[in-house]
Amino acid sequence: MAAHRCSRCSWLLLVFIFSFYVSAKSEEATQANDEHASVVDNPQTAAETGKQPSEERLWEATQVNEAVPIDAAAHKQDFPVPGSVLTPTPQLKDDFKEELVIRPLQSGDIYASFQFRTVWETDFTTGSKVSHYRLFPKSLGQVISKFSVRELHISFTQGYWRTMQWGQPYLPSPPGAELWVWFQDTVTDVDATWKELTNVLSGIFCASLNFIDSTNTVQPSASFKPLGIANGTDHRFLRYATLPREIVCTENLTPWKKLLPCGSKAGLAVLLKSEKLFHSSFHSQAVHIRPVCQDWQCKSTSLELRQTLNVVFDLHTSGQGKQEWSLFKMFSRTLTEACPLASSSKIYIDVTDNPQEEQFELSPATPLLSQAVVLGDRRTFSVYDLTQQVTFGTVRSLNVLIRWKSTQGDMLRPLLHAERYVAGYGLQTGEIHTLMYNNHPFRSFPVLLLDSVPWYLRLYVHTLTVTSKGKDNKPSYIHYQPSKDRIRPHLLEMLVQLPPHSVTEVTVQFERALLKWTEYTPDPNHGFYVGSSVINALVPSTVAMHTNITQEQPLFSNFFPCKEESSYFMRVYTEPLLVNLPTPDFSMPYNVICLTCTVVAVGYGSLYNLLTRSFQIEEPNPGLAKRIANVIRKMRGVPPL
Amino acid sequence: MAASLTLLVIVAVTIRAALYRSSLAEPIAERVEVVSPITAWKRVIEGLALLDLGVSPYSGDVFHETPLIIYLFHFLVDYAEITFMLADVIAAVALYMAVKDFNKQVFRKQKFALEANRYPADCLELIRSPTEMHYIPLKVAMFYLLNPFTILSCVAKSTCGLNNAVLALFVLTTIKGNVLLSAIFLCLATYQSIYPLTLCAPAMLYLMQHQYIPVNPRRASFWWFVVQYLFMYLGSLFVIVCLSFFLLGSWDYLPSVYGFILSVPDLTPNIGLFWYFFAEMFEHFRLFFLCVFQINVFFYTIPLCIKLKDHPVFLMFMQLAVISIFKSYPTVGDTALYLAFLPVWSHLHRFLRNIFLVSCVLLACSALFPVLWHLWIYAGSANSNFYYAITLLFNVAQILLVSDYFYAYLRREHHLTYGLYLKKKDGSEATLVLK
Repeated sequence: MAAHRCSRCSWLLLVFIFSFYVSAKSEEATQANDEHASVVDNPQTAAETGKQPSEERLWEATQVNEAVPIDAAAHKQDFPVPGSVLTPTPQLKDDFKEELVIRPLQSGDIYASFQFRTVWETDFTTGSKVSHYRLFPKSLGQVISKFSVRELHISFTQGYWRTMQWGQPYLPSPPGAELWVWFQDTVTDVDATWKELTNVLSGIFCASLNFIDSTNTVQPSASFKPLGIANGTDHRFLRYATLPREIVCTENLTPWKKLLPCGSKAGLAVLLKSEKLFHSSFHSQAVHIRPVCQDWQCKSTSLELRQTLNVVFDLHTSGQGKQEWSLFKMFSRTLTEACPLASSSKIYIDVTDNPQEEQFELSPATPLLSQAVVLGDRRTFSVYDLTQQVTFGTVRSLNVLIRWKSTQGDMLRPLLHAERYVAGYGLQTGEIHTLMYNNHPFRSFPVLLLDSVPWYLRLYVHTLTVTSKGKDNKPSYIHYQPSKDRIRPHLLEMLVQLPPHSVTEVTVQFERALLKWTEYTPDPNHGFYVGSSVINALVPSTVAMHTNITQEQPLFSNFFPCKEESSYFMRVYTEPLLVNLPTPDFSMPYNVICLTCTVVAVGYGSLYNLLTRSFQIEEPNPGLAKRIANVIRKMRGVPPL
Repeated sequence: MAASLTLLVIVAVTIRAALYRSSLAEPIAERVEVVSPITAWKRVIEGLALLDLGVSPYSGDVFHETPLIIYLFHFLVDYAEITFMLADVIAAVALYMAVKDFNKQVFRKQKFALEANRYPADCLELIRSPTEMHYIPLKVAMFYLLNPFTILSCVAKSTCGLNNAVLALFVLTTIKGNVLLSAIFLCLATYQSIYPLTLCAPAMLYLMQHQYIPVNPRRASFWWFVVQYLFMYLGSLFVIVCLSFFLLGSWDYLPSVYGFILSVPDLTPNIGLFWYFFAEMFEHFRLFFLCVFQINVFFYTIPLCIKLKDHPVFLMFMQLAVISIFKSYPTVGDTALYLAFLPVWSHLHRFLRNIFLVSCVLLACSALFPVLWHLWIYAGSANSNFYYAITLLFNVAQILLVSDYFYAYLRREHHLTYGLYLKKKDGSEATLVLK
């Protein structure tokens, strides 16, 4: 049995190592592709292609420059003098890039995804104190060094991403707030550090992250592996928590914007106006911090901060029936300049479905095109480079505009999507159903399902069933951590193989607990939220699905399916659940205490009565007149009546 | 007699087997009156499932049964229905034999007293006749086996049935006068749910009477016997606790089983007094009232022992009743055990004051439990107060029932010493009062 389990675990580990390998590879491939495409596809912009080598040289020069002080520093640090960190460190270099991807969705909505990436060539892991900040926000830097954070991922989302209508998001996030952190292995008391960290982040982001405590924190054993470089993946240093009830609004956006080097004064961030952003179908903002390699050898690491903001605008309702949008219509701003601190500032517009402009018309037209494999699909983008003055034209402002010509066109159904609901009636028991759809026509793939259920829904793991195509589908790995009342939630992780073109249903029964009256939220009959399930998967790539793609590529290149592109990592979040619990009557604690105590007193009293008294013959009390007469007779010395 | 007992057992087993096969079994197993968080079969299965997953069943807050139960059902899980029916039959037969033996002793004592002319002359109508006592053991078995509470408890596979069997065996071995077995069964019952600890006292009183040791704290023989019994009891408790430790390899079960019983963290509604009281309790008074309520269960032992030191079997009945009323997670199975003793005290009926009212209230409450539960949980047209009101009434009725029997018992004893028709000094008829 143990050996069997061991083999399962090792297999799982393998799968995940592979997944990160693949995702890293595909990223590299994407970048390479990107450059390659821009070079190959745009031969007419000779000037730009001409620049490429010079940039290359420049980059190399800085490398050499940099190498010397690092060496020097290494020599200096032979014996650790605390003063040495105070010496001016010119080798600390940071780099800021910003980009906006706009994808017209088949439903007619517009998906805009902002990414701001700050890379700081510093090493927090060594534990040295850093006091000089340039582009990297100091508030976050201090938090990371104080709490020895290796990786930090935090997202705030309003609305639910509709995978079936909108396809896959670039960066998935569950409704509400989500926080997961990998601590460095030097941290001794992870729980205390986590508690402090959530309180600090709560202040930084003006969110109720301070409600994260042990009752909604889990340590997933297989999901949420580090996204940056990491030498150990001991899940004791991982903490994951969601607050599905968190409402995201302006007060969260403002501190988020303040972390940007240019604030909201210049660059793409001028578009982030809260009155427009929150008038949307979906809004998600996130901060991802992770260590990344500085170079190919990965000799030194740098810290990457990615701030992302995804928003889906519903243009049917706000566009008065007209199908067109522009930057101005979406954000009530146009762009006039890139952030001066940014080394790259670009707008990408997904024009894959529109190669001959039959669906929509894009203006101003841009000659730059770029291709990339995103989420297993090869996409084509029109690129506006904001660092070039040409982009802004004569009016010194850029207002990208899309005018739709026709609305038809079919979206490729996402290969994996999931949904979840609660079945059953009454307030005693219930059943959670999770449906996972594999829409791939001929390939099956494994998914890792993570469920974190609060303790007041008592899961019965023996009722867990996994069925696909009407047959029992036994998970090859199950990690279950039962809940402790008022201490920790249930954690259920399992690895399920999804057969091709199928629906896999996971059901588990639960019992609703009656809580103490002080444990209910102020609106107890609204119900209690249960965070989204997380589904991690290695999904076969759509690119690999097309077997007749040969017309674009030489024949020798594609007989065997290319391994790097054959599958990609994907994370899907299901809906959060809203579950009603039985409630006591909140208005009568005094009555209940009095009544119950009365009943106990009745029991005590009647037993006490029988225990302490004895049976006696009742002597009727003589009347008052007789008693007085007796008193008088006593005084007279006559025997009483 | 043996034939009628066999017939009774066959009838009882048939009813249970039929209910197991019917569609009623599942809803019954979900009833909060029948199963508590400790005794629910669903939770035992969950414990087994956790063990199969390689997780300690006590690492979570779903399984609260003792390690012995989980190892018992590790082997018997496929024969669970037979096990529970067998437990009921064992309990009934044990009670039958115990009561038969007890009646013999009662009759013998009565004969000695009559021969010594100790009873007042007008008490002859209080003397019990062998014909009247003949059917009492069978009635006891019938009260246990055909009681709807026992049947429901068995069909729900509540482990309460096993506890009752252990307690019945304890009563049997005590009445038979077997000191070692009595201590062992009492230790098993204590191990299952701390409260039977209080039965230690009646067992010792009975066994001392049985061995003609005077119940007198000034005698060395009294203390020698107490030490002997406690040694056997605590020794077997020690063995069984260590055995559980070696079965699981950890002490996790101690807080999870006994901590759970004593600190009442699970407020799932049941027929007891704890759940709503502690759901509505103010946080800073919680510990105080928890202590008060738990001490309340154990509190009556010593005064009852002093008052009833010559009647240890009645004392046992009282203790069982007090435990089943005031314990933290009571179920109807617990009530069924002490209700089974009622035929033994059938000679007290002439002194009971409100037996009709109490039986009506108990019957009405039993019917109203599912109704008000449905209105609260499913229909949403009532709230928790409705169900709570019924639990209050049910407990008041139980308390009245027990105190009524206690009153009647004491009164009969009083009459047996002072005569049935008491006269006042002036020769008129007197009324008896408690003073």
